[in-house]
Amino acid sequence: MDAATPKPRENMGEPLPRIDARLKVTGQAGYPADLPAANITYGALATSDIAKGRVTRLHLDDARAVPGLLDIVTYGDMDKVEKPKFGNSGATSIGPLHDRTIFHDGQIIALAVAETFEAAEEAAQLIRAEYEEEKPTASFDSPGTKTVPAAGKSTILKEDVRAGDFDAAYAAAPVKIDARYSTPTQHHNPIELFSTTALWQGDQLIVHEPSQNVTGWKVELARQLKIDPANVRIVSPFIGGAFGSKGPMTPRTAIVAVAAKRLGRPVRCVTSRMQAFGTQTYRAETRHRIRIGAGKDGRITAFAHEGWEVTSRPDAYVVAGTSATGRMYDYGSVLTHVSLVRADRNTPGYMRSPPETPYVYALENAMDEMAVALGMDPVEFRRINEPKVEPIGKKPFSSRSLIQCYEQAADAFGWAKRDRKVGAMREGDWLIGMGCATAIYPTAAAPCAARVRLTSDGDVRVQCGSHEIGTGVRTVAGQMASERLGVPIGKVNVEMGDNNLPPAPVSGGSISTASVCSAVLKACDAIRAKLYAGATAEGGPLAGSHNEELDFADGKIVAKGGASAKIEDVFKIMQLGAIEEYAEFAPKGATPGALKKLYAGQPEFHGGDQDEDSVKYAFGAEFVEVRINSYTREIRVPRIVGAFAAGRIMNTRTARSQLMGGMIWGIGQALHEATEVDRRYARYVNRDLQDYLVPVNADIQDLQVILVPEIDHAVNPAGVKGLGELGNVGTAAAVASAVYHATGKRIRDLPIRIDQLIA
Amino acid sequence: MRPFIYEQPADISAAVAIASRFTTDDDQPTRANAQFIAGGTNLADYMKLGVAAPNRLLDLNRLEEPALRQIRVSDDGIRFGALVRMGEAADHGEVKRRYPVIADSLRLAASGQIRNMASLAGNVLQRTRCEYFRETSWACNKRVPGSGCAAMEGFNRQHAVLGASDACIATYHGDFAQALIALDAVIRAEGSRGARKIPFARLHRLPRDTPHIETDLAADEIITAIEVPAMPWARRSRYLKIRDRESYAFALASAAVVLDLDGDSVREARIALGGVATVPWRARAAEAALQGKKLDEASASAAAEAAFADAEPRQHNAFKIELGKRTLVRALLETRDMKV
Repeated sequence: MDAATPKPRENMGEPLPRIDARLKVTGQAGYPADLPAANITYGALATSDIAKGRVTRLHLDDARAVPGLLDIVTYGDMDKVEKPKFGNSGATSIGPLHDRTIFHDGQIIALAVAETFEAAEEAAQLIRAEYEEEKPTASFDSPGTKTVPAAGKSTILKEDVRAGDFDAAYAAAPVKIDARYSTPTQHHNPIELFSTTALWQGDQLIVHEPSQNVTGWKVELARQLKIDPANVRIVSPFIGGAFGSKGPMTPRTAIVAVAAKRLGRPVRCVTSRMQAFGTQTYRAETRHRIRIGAGKDGRITAFAHEGWEVTSRPDAYVVAGTSATGRMYDYGSVLTHVSLVRADRNTPGYMRSPPETPYVYALENAMDEMAVALGMDPVEFRRINEPKVEPIGKKPFSSRSLIQCYEQAADAFGWAKRDRKVGAMREGDWLIGMGCATAIYPTAAAPCAARVRLTSDGDVRVQCGSHEIGTGVRTVAGQMASERLGVPIGKVNVEMGDNNLPPAPVSGGSISTASVCSAVLKACDAIRAKLYAGATAEGGPLAGSHNEELDFADGKIVAKGGASAKIEDVFKIMQLGAIEEYAEFAPKGATPGALKKLYAGQPEFHGGDQDEDSVKYAFGAEFVEVRINSYTREIRVPRIVGAFAAGRIMNTRTARSQLMGGMIWGIGQALHEATEVDRRYARYVNRDLQDYLVPVNADIQDLQVILVPEIDHAVNPAGVKGLGELGNVGTAAAVASAVYHATGKRIRDLPIRIDQLIA
Repeated sequence: MRPFIYEQPADISAAVAIASRFTTDDDQPTRANAQFIAGGTNLADYMKLGVAAPNRLLDLNRLEEPALRQIRVSDDGIRFGALVRMGEAADHGEVKRRYPVIADSLRLAASGQIRNMASLAGNVLQRTRCEYFRETSWACNKRVPGSGCAAMEGFNRQHAVLGASDACIATYHGDFAQALIALDAVIRAEGSRGARKIPFARLHRLPRDTPHIETDLAADEIITAIEVPAMPWARRSRYLKIRDRESYAFALASAAVVLDLDGDSVREARIALGGVATVPWRARAAEAALQGKKLDEASASAAAEAAFADAEPRQHNAFKIELGKRTLVRALLETRDMKV
């Protein structure tokens, strides 16, 4: 065991290597744009140079003259298909070629299709547009924004959460803070570029595209193209990073499908890194005002969290992390309000822990400020405000191991050695700061189907239309089958990423491990039941045993008393070569139509703050050390420790890897990441990885992940909370807290850079 | 990317001959129909982005002259062949020993992969990374003369505070060039008009009202070598680079410092500043301010004030003036404290 393969503690699975690791590191994993397609052609997008106005004329002659050009799809060519819809399966309602109106910078104005990628790109670059230009509104504070309440605009926020009388409690509080925070626009920038390959076989459309939601896309694409969903197949076997960016389908998919239909040949369109900034979604820019009132004893009596979020003109994308921040501590009274600020921007979307990352950043930075105002240790301050029930609906937590997380992380970090005085810790020319923050993410699950086959030779095939976006879900689904059916992981094959497989929900919201494993578990248990019946039948090798006395291990059915039967022999007795079971899992609280909706690409999420009996969240605590040069003020993070409790951990290796990736991203959010907007033109400026900075290896030094044991049977049959999005929540606040400790400067606007510290 | 003709000339004279056939005396090297390529880490990028569009590329990697690939150390100094890769020079024992400032400037630039590809001559000729230059949809006087400058009132956090003009505020982002200008390096070039030497300080041109004219080179001229004069006291030298992340980022501010100390006091100082100016920037006023002085925090600060006396901030880059000063102070004190 080394750091990458943590020794399983209670309720944790083995750190098995990823079952597709070898394929990935040897370049054999077939990502969608790598999949072969005979007689392929290449598409390249042309996009707008302005953010608001109308395209009055397109000059296509130069593009048409490029040798090898086959077609240009532009205005008028999409009229026979439906406009895109904004929602869980659709990134925006803007149909870029349905309408000559320009809603945002980088909007698609044409698709050039050619015999080669180079010719397509050249032609796309030669397409020139004439515009009737209007002055665009870039963001907060720009003239022309429209601010509306977010509540009720989206299923994400039905109403603003509140409890008690905030105003009275805040007015009466002897210690209070009132502060404003902000987070910038951020783009996912997965290493795998966005792409669509469309192939028609008669009436059948096959789309190779990296997707977190093949079933949802099938339905939405069929709607747009006005064809039977049964004729649409989305294939996405490997995804090179998604983080939410490949959750909702963008308008490009239908455009490429139309191009392929017109041409009668497959079309592959890989967008450039730059074009992704305007044609995909992104994390909305947010602002926050937080007020906290507390007694001198440190008990919070009043908490208010107001948020403002930039969205596009037509679509109400809502971030709204107030559901989590409003339930985090034992506040007494809670007031929240979320507003949308409409501007001339593309529609934002889900990005790893979409509500929690910005909102918990603001909350936890404020909690640190409050601890300072109280003269209290920030860990102690959180301990004092640890709730017995959540403050909004007064429901218990299904489990909550936050204090254990703080204790274990603080111990590993050496928090006790911190000198609380600001600026007191120093090594040579380097100021040292230490800070901490809470991580929280709602635990949800959705209906999911899976098919599992066990052969008499002990080979297992698991089929589930979920998506391997890099989280390791293919591995843990295989691990679940391996454990339940008593076969080694090497005998398990897992198929995912295709809507011809049993449907799974969108791979978002950290629901996949819980949902997929619960369905696989159910299918495996059905296989077990059949084999038990065969083994315990009259004259069978385990005749007389009851099912509850039996288990599967090492290719055998083992009875409590020690008797056993080889599975292969049970198959022989039963005259079977293989047993295949199709199982549908529905989480507790699912509506009667929930499974039907799964097949229609509309999975219901259950859990989080939605359930009647309890609220369900995973928690963590992160501790960060920063070093800041006393002359030049650059900030480096030599150490970070995170402890997390998330119910059953299926695989300690993939769990650690997810949390580590989240923490690294959190450091990036704290110190590096921001999409810069030229406010005069409402256009993105740093549209590539040269100027859009994320941490590199040298930025990450000593990083420790602690998996805290936790057992929670209330969340779902698999007992899994899911932790894909937990790791990057709170990190930026922990960094801000450490920067304050080192310098005495409270930075409230992310990212924290030299600019703010040197002034 | 536009289609182009690709040629691999066999030697320097063949390369010059082809280049002079397809260019005129008025052509800028960065705008000519025929352009040279070596490592390609900058030009290929800009060709993909449509910023550069030569229709003929002359690949210098097959040039047969062995000296182009050699680092020669002698009592006269060091001679770097133009095609020596950044990584080779950064790892060269004598370079590290005699001129730490050169080795540092190369080691702290780009990434390992890029350093293994990029040639030294190509590195000093790298073009600005200004976001508004990099993308053809913005107005840019450097890319399209007379079209305006979108950076001037735009997002100009990484732009220059020294050497800017009303036409251009794009930063020269290179690191190696700061070491070379501090050490009084000399460029050797060959073109259709013969071979010549160019003091490094004269290679790059200030933007003034012609930001599209970037260097003193003719379109058919090839850099063949970079010569650094002997300077025994250059062992006390270093390059300090301050950036948003620990590696693989351009300097927000940097300083190349070479010190000749007599006990505590400065016999001679060489100072160049990166990340803050439109061209490789020799800070002669700062050098003069230190001459004969005891080097301490106060004199270093006075030198830094002198270095940035003419700095002009824009909306988002004002912090660079203070950062530039502190970078220089820190570099001076750290160089003073080097054990040589």
